[in-house]
Amino acid sequence: MFLLYCPYCNEEREQNEFSAAGEAFIARPKNPEAISDKDWADYVFYRTNHKGDHWEQWVHANGCRKYFIVKRSTISHEILQVEPFGTEISEQES
Amino acid sequence: MQKKYSWYSLLKAGLSGQDWDQAIPLVEPKSKYDIIIVGGGGHGLATAYYLAKECGIKNVAVVEKGYIGGGNTGRNTTIIRSNYLRDEASSLYEHAMKLWEGISEDLNFNVMFSQRGVYNLGHSLQDMRDIERRVNANVLNGVDAQVVDVNEIKQQIPIINITKNARYPVMGASYQPRGGVARHDGVAWGFARAASMLGVDIIQDCEVIDIEVEEGRVKGVKTTRGDILADRVGCVSAGHSSVLAKMAGLRLPIESHPLQAFVSEAMKPVLHTVVMSNAVHGYISQSDKGDLVIGAGIDSYNSYAQRGNSQIIEHAAAAILELFPIFSRVRMNRQWGGIVDVCPDACPIISPTKVEGLYFNCGWGTGGFKATPGSGNVFAHTIAQDKQHPLAVPFHIDRFTTGALIDEHGAAGVAH
Repeated sequence: MFLLYCPYCNEEREQNEFSAAGEAFIARPKNPEAISDKDWADYVFYRTNHKGDHWEQWVHANGCRKYFIVKRSTISHEILQVEPFGTEISEQES
Repeated sequence: MQKKYSWYSLLKAGLSGQDWDQAIPLVEPKSKYDIIIVGGGGHGLATAYYLAKECGIKNVAVVEKGYIGGGNTGRNTTIIRSNYLRDEASSLYEHAMKLWEGISEDLNFNVMFSQRGVYNLGHSLQDMRDIERRVNANVLNGVDAQVVDVNEIKQQIPIINITKNARYPVMGASYQPRGGVARHDGVAWGFARAASMLGVDIIQDCEVIDIEVEEGRVKGVKTTRGDILADRVGCVSAGHSSVLAKMAGLRLPIESHPLQAFVSEAMKPVLHTVVMSNAVHGYISQSDKGDLVIGAGIDSYNSYAQRGNSQIIEHAAAAILELFPIFSRVRMNRQWGGIVDVCPDACPIISPTKVEGLYFNCGWGTGGFKATPGSGNVFAHTIAQDKQHPLAVPFHIDRFTTGALIDEHGAAGVAH
């Protein structure tokens, strides 16, 4: 169990109020018909599954129900950064 | 030289002050092997064993970053069954089940495989329809399975709560009589010992830190105990598969999650079989030592931390207490988490990769223990012949590109 800060509610709440919503910065291809099966598979199924500091999406499911992005260590569970959804992150370490 | 275990060796060692040979010799890595298996869990050790035994390749090393039996092999809830819905999955798990049935004799090591039966409970009419469908599919595939009604369950498991007033009343179950449990770390020890007796080097405390790839072909691995060359490398590292894949410049359709389990203090025999429930999400058996072994679900976020959340434990405990109110005063002894590699279709990847000579056996997710001998067996043949074993063909990594997924997730009484 850890605490997560919701950037919309501006409150730190227990993690079970939130749902994990997968790796961050995976954009849906703009023209799915035009890309190869391999690229489509990469978008749908393949993941970085990074061990270390990892950018991911969370949704405040039992709160404001909005999505935001979190940089969290998958080794220690330490929350390193929380930003509203759509924030440009310059160093997108993957 | 290690000797076979027998009644004579037991008597001799007993009379001579327990003077046993080292079961798994501690060896230094050589500079080159034909095949390196990365990961000394049950699946990796089984792979090495079958490479030596069935494929005639004995110049094999298993490199393990920890100690034998200290990873996921010693962290699961030891349940073994093969009642999967899909033909591809049930053939693979039934292959494993047949190997389990002779494994202790084959390995000359008692892995305490106990076919005490597995019940998968149904709690709604839809559950029961799914169970009937799965049981019929099992029977057509030659897997033993039957539908049992609630009265029969009560007769077999008198402590179960079958009241109709429950939030999720027990309505029936599927039953696989050949299912059961095995001593999980014993399985790792047994395979490790049997493989090393055939000439395989089991190298513990040896973490792979890089995989050497040259011109699209694997050359060997860098480890914390030096570089080791090899013609072929098989990665069987469960939760850390993506980490190894990255070393070779690959990505996998896998995410790692913590999966938790816990055990009670040891008690007199009270539960003689395995009871699983997908709907309320808990599964339980009693070990030969007497403790109740209870499995929970995965945490939904990625983690490599080998620990999970308390509410997941609470959820599983609530499910078990609903089914077995008699356990409400039982004290829990230990709780732990393991890191599982979850595939989008909850089925494994047993496959070559685009790097020549590099193979992956991963993605077993929350249910790999039951497949240990079968997984090792088909992976050994896949590596030895550089061609997938027929049972492994549907589990090629390309299925995520072609779309031929094996839709087993939630379809097979799997508990996750």
